[in-house]
Amino acid sequence: MMVSHVQLSHYLVVAALLFAIGAFGALTRRNAVAVLMGVELMLNAANLNFVAFWRYVDPTRLEGQIFVLIIITVAAAEAAVGLALVLNIYRNFGTVEVDRVNTLKG
Amino acid sequence: MPAIWIIPALPLAAFLIICALFLRPARARFAPLVLIVALVAALALSLAAAAGRWHDPTHAAIEQRVTWLAIAPAVATGAGGLTLEVGALLDPLSAIMLVVVSLVSLLIQIYSIGYMHGDRGYGRYFAFMSLFSFSMLGLVIASNFLELYVFWELVGLCSYLLIGYYYQTTSAANAAKKAFIVTRFGDVGFLIGIIALSYAGGTFNFIELRHVVEGNQLVPFFFGQSAFVTVVALLIFSGAVGKSAQFPLHVWLPDAMEGPTPVSALIHAATMVAAGVYLVARAFFVFQASGAALVVVACIGAFTAFLAATIAVVQSDIKRVLAYSTISQLGYMMLALGAGSVAAGIFHLTTHACFKALLFLCAGSVIHAAGTNDMWEMGGLGRTMKWTAATAAVGALALAGIWPLSGFYSKDAVLATVATSPGLEAALGVGGRDLLLGAGLVVVLLTAFYMTRMWAVTFSGPARDAKRKHAHESPWVMLFPLVVLAALAATGGLLNHAATGMAFNRFLGAHEAHAAHAAWVVWASLGLALLGIASSWAIYGGGRNRVAGIASPGALAVYHFVQHKWWMDDFYHGLVARGVLAASRIFAWVDRHVVNGFVDGAGWLTGVAGRWLRQAETGQLQLYALVLLAAAAVIGFALAYLGVSLAVVP
Repeated sequence: MMVSHVQLSHYLVVAALLFAIGAFGALTRRNAVAVLMGVELMLNAANLNFVAFWRYVDPTRLEGQIFVLIIITVAAAEAAVGLALVLNIYRNFGTVEVDRVNTLKG
Repeated sequence: MPAIWIIPALPLAAFLIICALFLRPARARFAPLVLIVALVAALALSLAAAAGRWHDPTHAAIEQRVTWLAIAPAVATGAGGLTLEVGALLDPLSAIMLVVVSLVSLLIQIYSIGYMHGDRGYGRYFAFMSLFSFSMLGLVIASNFLELYVFWELVGLCSYLLIGYYYQTTSAANAAKKAFIVTRFGDVGFLIGIIALSYAGGTFNFIELRHVVEGNQLVPFFFGQSAFVTVVALLIFSGAVGKSAQFPLHVWLPDAMEGPTPVSALIHAATMVAAGVYLVARAFFVFQASGAALVVVACIGAFTAFLAATIAVVQSDIKRVLAYSTISQLGYMMLALGAGSVAAGIFHLTTHACFKALLFLCAGSVIHAAGTNDMWEMGGLGRTMKWTAATAAVGALALAGIWPLSGFYSKDAVLATVATSPGLEAALGVGGRDLLLGAGLVVVLLTAFYMTRMWAVTFSGPARDAKRKHAHESPWVMLFPLVVLAALAATGGLLNHAATGMAFNRFLGAHEAHAAHAAWVVWASLGLALLGIASSWAIYGGGRNRVAGIASPGALAVYHFVQHKWWMDDFYHGLVARGVLAASRIFAWVDRHVVNGFVDGAGWLTGVAGRWLRQAETGQLQLYALVLLAAAAVIGFALAYLGVSLAVVP
């Protein structure tokens, strides 16, 4: 049986990178659709952590997998609502660039 | 014995009926009938009650009372319980007052039918008068201090309402305010006195308190026993000073003449202002327990009698002459009480109620005919108003104290009491007592002088003003009360005459037979009264004014001083009114700049903070997200640094 050289820390590093890339995208992209995509990346980084911890800490418990399924479902709903918001922003402001949607400026 | 409370309840019912049905001018003519029926019944019941006390050999007091409010004491300590009662107390003192009040009130209401005829506020007038009659009768039969205080304030309210009856005129409105505020100074002390006495005595009830005080069982909570009683007595007396217009709170009564004349006759001459005298008589056991308080009462009374009599000499408004005369006579009553004789004080109160009401009604009659209050604009009214002039002469002579009219007997009772008072002699020495007696005798002279002046200037001689030559006599409905009151003023002395065995004194339980010991006082006062009449007639007889012929610089200075009412009104205006205004200016400044500053400052701070904080709201979605993320990171690192684990270890 081939011994796997892939450790928990590898998964965590990948997840951290995913989260950082997603956060960077969500914070810096001007396009609202790209911001949403950044958020999706951050959610998936969390999913990866759940699965990795499930696999390496205690495979007999199912909470990690269940959380991932729930998050995927919520993320799908979030994407639907988010895109609907973007569509309405475009209709009202004629743009999807988030820095130009600033009517709540104090 | 039937319920005593029915007597005051009758005018109260009249008040409610008038308010409900007869306030409007179209139906107001029925209002006096309602009140007069109620007062006739009240008078009949009062006479029956007084007769019942008179025929009871011991003249024992009857008390009927019910619990109004009971507050249970604290369960833990057993302290703090309070029972408030309302009741009716019928003893010789209240029986006499009941008869006086209901009789004078009835006669004045009959008079008012004519005097107020055609007035726009006819219904309102009789409604207030009913309320007053109710309050005054209630005050008289009150069986405890708290109940008395309630009625005390009610008569004050009625006085306010009726002084300000012609509320459209500024002077009447101001006079009403002045009466209310000035008497308030006394009432504050009165209330404190009631509370202190009742707290120390454990009850409000007169009879129970009397036993407590006479048995030396008061539990004073400040000073010692005797000093406490003196303070309480003086506090109670301060209420009487305000209500009975004694120095230094006498200034409201002359201004109260702004009200309709029958109001002056009823409230500000015969009954309400006598309530202070009644109060001292009712609480006499407190004053007796403190000799010092009695001396103060006597001194205030004597000084007030003198002060007011001097001012009355120089007044030209006929009602103001009578107002100062009333203050002066109330001073006499206080003097008699202070000298230790309730009987003499109340006897003078009774006769004074008759002849002073009579004089006011006569004044109303001439004012009604002449259309002015100024005596110097009248003159010669005796030619056309024979009945008024004759009854006024009876009243004036009674007030001056001429034999055999009622004032002669009551005034001599007062002076004889002072002349032989052991209490005053013990406290002030023979010289001090004689000083008070001397003041009383000088007032006899002044009284005779100003009453003769008033009568001579108003009624005698030729008409001074052509317009008023044809002033006509008042209608019979106004003359009838004059004649009845004149008869009472003439014969009232019989109540306390040797021929009736000093019935009045015996009824009130007084054993004194002062008259025998002070025969010279009788002759002195009669002589002074005749001297006053003669000198006054020499100056003002026939309606002329010969003052100019005898004026000297010194006399002018005195005249000036008295004419300005001893500068007392100016003093109060300068000190009290301006003091209050200055203080209120300070308070206004503090309110505007300090209190208001705090309120404004709170609003300003919120605004500034809002303007500063709103800069954080950029409207940039991604900035919010960045702050969110940074905050989460900071919290995470902080928790990690502090070693707090969020892990849930199964």
